[in-house]
Amino acid sequence: MSNTDATKSGSNLEKVLKAGDFAVTAELGPPKNADAEAVRAKARILKGFVDAANITDNQTAIVRMSSIAAGVLAHQEGVEPVIQITCRDRNRLAMQSDVLGAYALGLRNVLCLSGDHQSFGNHKQAKNVHDIDSMQLVHMVAELRDANRFQCGEEIKGVNPRFFVGAAENPFSDPIDWRPYRLGKKVKAGADFIQTQMIFNVPRFRDFMKRVVDLGIHEKTYILAGVGALKTPGMAKHMREHVPGIDIPDEILQRVEAVGKGIEDKAERTAAFQEEGIKICVELIQQMREIEGVAGIHLMAIEWEKVVPIITERAGLLPRSHWESERLKEAS
Amino acid sequence: MIVAEQKGLDEIKNSLGDAKRVLIVGCGTCVTVCFSGGAKEAAVLGSSLRMSTQIDGQGKDVSEATVQRQCEWEYLDTIRDRVEKADIVLSLGCGVGVQALAEHYPDAVVVPGLNTTFIGLPVEQGVWAERCAACGSCMLGSTGGICPIARCAKQLLNGPCGGSSHGKCEVSVETDCAWQLIYDKLKAQDRLHLLMEIAPPKDWRTGRDGGPRKIVREDLRLPKTSEAPSES
Repeated sequence: MSNTDATKSGSNLEKVLKAGDFAVTAELGPPKNADAEAVRAKARILKGFVDAANITDNQTAIVRMSSIAAGVLAHQEGVEPVIQITCRDRNRLAMQSDVLGAYALGLRNVLCLSGDHQSFGNHKQAKNVHDIDSMQLVHMVAELRDANRFQCGEEIKGVNPRFFVGAAENPFSDPIDWRPYRLGKKVKAGADFIQTQMIFNVPRFRDFMKRVVDLGIHEKTYILAGVGALKTPGMAKHMREHVPGIDIPDEILQRVEAVGKGIEDKAERTAAFQEEGIKICVELIQQMREIEGVAGIHLMAIEWEKVVPIITERAGLLPRSHWESERLKEAS
Repeated sequence: MIVAEQKGLDEIKNSLGDAKRVLIVGCGTCVTVCFSGGAKEAAVLGSSLRMSTQIDGQGKDVSEATVQRQCEWEYLDTIRDRVEKADIVLSLGCGVGVQALAEHYPDAVVVPGLNTTFIGLPVEQGVWAERCAACGSCMLGSTGGICPIARCAKQLLNGPCGGSSHGKCEVSVETDCAWQLIYDKLKAQDRLHLLMEIAPPKDWRTGRDGGPRKIVREDLRLPKTSEAPSES
């Protein structure tokens, strides 16, 4: 990584990672409506507990408020957004146009994704785009910054967008042997940081990271390990059976299931599940911190944002850096 | 080959409207080998339409003719009389066949009896699968002879995505993950280095995105009459 003091993008997340602090990001899903307050309320929950929040881009191919719009709202609330961009819905023109707009609106991080196939979502009849793939998207956004040129090669005259560029990796998807190399390719394409799929099987992830470290990839990018907060045993089972690359060991599933046994009261049972989900998540974070090459965590508490302050507190990840106060100082 | 499926009888009947004399035109090429629009399928569909329209009182006069290749005008000349006598022509050719008929016989009302589905091959008896998307710039040399444009649900060029699981695509457990196939093939051939290179964004101009395509081969064109060499 660069030895100079200057950051590539000026983003808070980049500053935290560059300083060598163990980074914390979380997920903020925009609403399936046009309610700005829904985004603001979620952002207020996360504020001060994360370095940045990922704003999903029509996740699972379901129409939601745009990630850039929701990102601006979160930003106004003092949470730095990471804008997700998928290749499913836009071609290279639209993506670059969005990247210019997002930068103009003050956003500084992007996460480049292929996008879930539209057959999973609520507009199954839609035509998908996939003009470019996530690897090419990473490279395109990095080149807008580093080469000051559009994908077509034309020079950007004036302000160029200088984003901190992220990519995803799913360590347990197939072909397993290929995954560390694919990660290496994304870094070569220009990924400044990597966010992994949710990891529950830590020994397996350790093996993956060992291969990543052996290849020296961790020295060229920041890897944020995905950790999930299991809200219910049903959610755990669903993810284990239906989400590719999510490996929830029996032991973890049994823990979540066992804790609710014998509790008659529904609210109490839910509370017991959730408490166990939080405990597991905290343990996972502690284990991730010990793994060489892991620069931080990405906490996926889907539609459960309020648990983020609890988990970050219990995992000893607080306080987060004071980006917000810095920003206010700069503004004044 | 071009693989097509026959439309349902109700849809076909609806498309015929009030036309009395119906000529079904089969094709002896791709759609014959994929059992959707050859002479046999034309005969079966003809019988179905005759019976069905007898029962519902429409009593259509349905006949069939199958040409060797519906996508070439000279083969269509062989059925000129029959086309001209028909009120409607029901093509059992692929989309090209339908258009060739419509273009060659401007006065004829031509409707499709098939849904042209893809360019593919039979992978087992009764099963066809897509293999080519006709993108106009073939990259099979670097992907082990397996096309990610036609066979990856996201047309990834640097795949596989995170949805590849046990060799299958996230979209359907019935579908092989093209990138798993590519990986396995190149690994077996000790050519995985091909996957280490970042494939740049594809130039889609050679595909449909560049507009309707046309190939002009000057070496094959006939000289224009005015330029024809004289016999003497």
